[in-house]
Amino acid sequence: MMLEATGLIGGYGGADILKGVDLAVDQGEIVVIVGPNGAGKSTAMKAIFGLVQVRAGAVRFRGEDITNAAPDTLVPRGMAYVPQERNVFPTLTVHENLEMGAYIRRDDFRAVIDQVYELFPPLKEKRRQAAGELSGGQRQMVAFGRALMTEPALLLLDEPTAGLSPLFMEEIFDRVIAVNKTGVGILMVEQNARQALGVAHRGYVLSTGENRFADTGPALLANREVAESFLGG
Amino acid sequence: MIDFVNQYLIPALVLGCIYSLGAIGISMIFAILRFAHFAHGDLMAMGAYLGLFLVGIIDLLPLDGLSVNAKVLIALPFSFVATAAAAILIDRLFYKPFRKSKTIILVIASFGIALMLRSLIQLFFGADVLNYSTGIRFPLEMFKPLRVQERYVYIVVVTLALMFALHFMLTRTRTGKAMRAMSDDADLARVSGINTEKVVMWTWIIGGGLAAVAGTFLAMDTRLVPTMGWDLLLPTFAAAILGGLGRPYGAIAGGMIIGAMEELSTFPWIGDGPLISPDYKTAVAFAVMVLMLVFRPQGLFGGRVL
Repeated sequence: MMLEATGLIGGYGGADILKGVDLAVDQGEIVVIVGPNGAGKSTAMKAIFGLVQVRAGAVRFRGEDITNAAPDTLVPRGMAYVPQERNVFPTLTVHENLEMGAYIRRDDFRAVIDQVYELFPPLKEKRRQAAGELSGGQRQMVAFGRALMTEPALLLLDEPTAGLSPLFMEEIFDRVIAVNKTGVGILMVEQNARQALGVAHRGYVLSTGENRFADTGPALLANREVAESFLGG
Repeated sequence: MIDFVNQYLIPALVLGCIYSLGAIGISMIFAILRFAHFAHGDLMAMGAYLGLFLVGIIDLLPLDGLSVNAKVLIALPFSFVATAAAAILIDRLFYKPFRKSKTIILVIASFGIALMLRSLIQLFFGADVLNYSTGIRFPLEMFKPLRVQERYVYIVVVTLALMFALHFMLTRTRTGKAMRAMSDDADLARVSGINTEKVVMWTWIIGGGLAAVAGTFLAMDTRLVPTMGWDLLLPTFAAAILGGLGRPYGAIAGGMIIGAMEELSTFPWIGDGPLISPDYKTAVAFAVMVLMLVFRPQGLFGGRVL
């Protein structure tokens, strides 16, 4: 496994939100975390990326222990993270946002920017516009593109479709698949569980800070217990 | 009319340049480090006194025929660098340990630094009023019938050059863009892999360096006194708030507006006497700051809220 989190316990300093969560992502996989509100989905992702204190348990990435490593040390190791909210630099142009994604690169990354524009054509048109002036869906594309600039091996997406219309939601999932086809592993937290499990190789169902189910995407969708308790019947 | 330009508009532009240079640092430090840097005025004073020290050294060199203004201009890059270095050192020693603490702790720490800097200035230079030049000299004037003193030209030209350089840095260089990114969203900057400590260092280089220039120019235009930093703090904060905290161009506009309002408030708009006695002109900056904080705390250009 490229990423392996075992027995994660931790939270924001008060009571533990994660009470022993196991997650894994293999090379080139799309893995989705679903579950009800307050299940600890985003917290689990943040714990992996060093944004939440892990009290017990371990995170391993490409064979190295990265438990509680600072986020800026994880980016050079091949991990990228897109927060759910406030995920673009609003006064920077679209192009500058992408350049900031490539901050750690000292090589010529123009080809990567072109790839991002190919993946998200609307961004190319708006490249000189401030990211804060874009629509929600386009902002999400900027955030997505920014994270791709380091050409990560693993991309963490925290509810990439939150607040988007169904049309944009499908668009974003299409892009997730397209990015994954280039070999990038994806770990995604999603509120739109059905659609997300539809594009996932594997999925985890979390509830009250613990693993409830773990299976392939299609198997979870077919599981009656999962459907009744977590996918709204 | 020509008197109005000579006695009010030109000094307003000069004062505006000085305030702008100070306000840029305050605005950027607030946006990137998230605290009101109360020692900024005293950094300006420190720059001015370093200039005085350097002019003294230049006087020891066998150089004849240099005007005082020329000596101050030669000293300027050195006091820029020295003040920037001092600002970085102060940050490492006194602010960095509190990076994750509550804002108020940093504000109080900066207040302590302000007192320390002022005391150091008094210790080395005394409490008396000093000048870059001694004796009475008739200022060289240019562009007749406009009365533009030589030092005014230097102040405006150097300020414009520095602002152009700042604009170039913020829009064209990797570090400058990272500064804007971090002032937009420090957390996002961190998760993007931006080296935030490097950005912080550059913020002090720019903030401290420009503060030194602002202090030197004020001293060039008026005089040196250990409390000059304290006097500069109010108008430069007012300028930074007026322009919107975190908006360097807003700080420039804010500085120009505050400078102009202070100077023009003493013009006899109504009747024969000045509208506001020159003794009270700093109250104008204070009034602007209070009104902005009450009615438009994000400033004219939509910055952060204090």
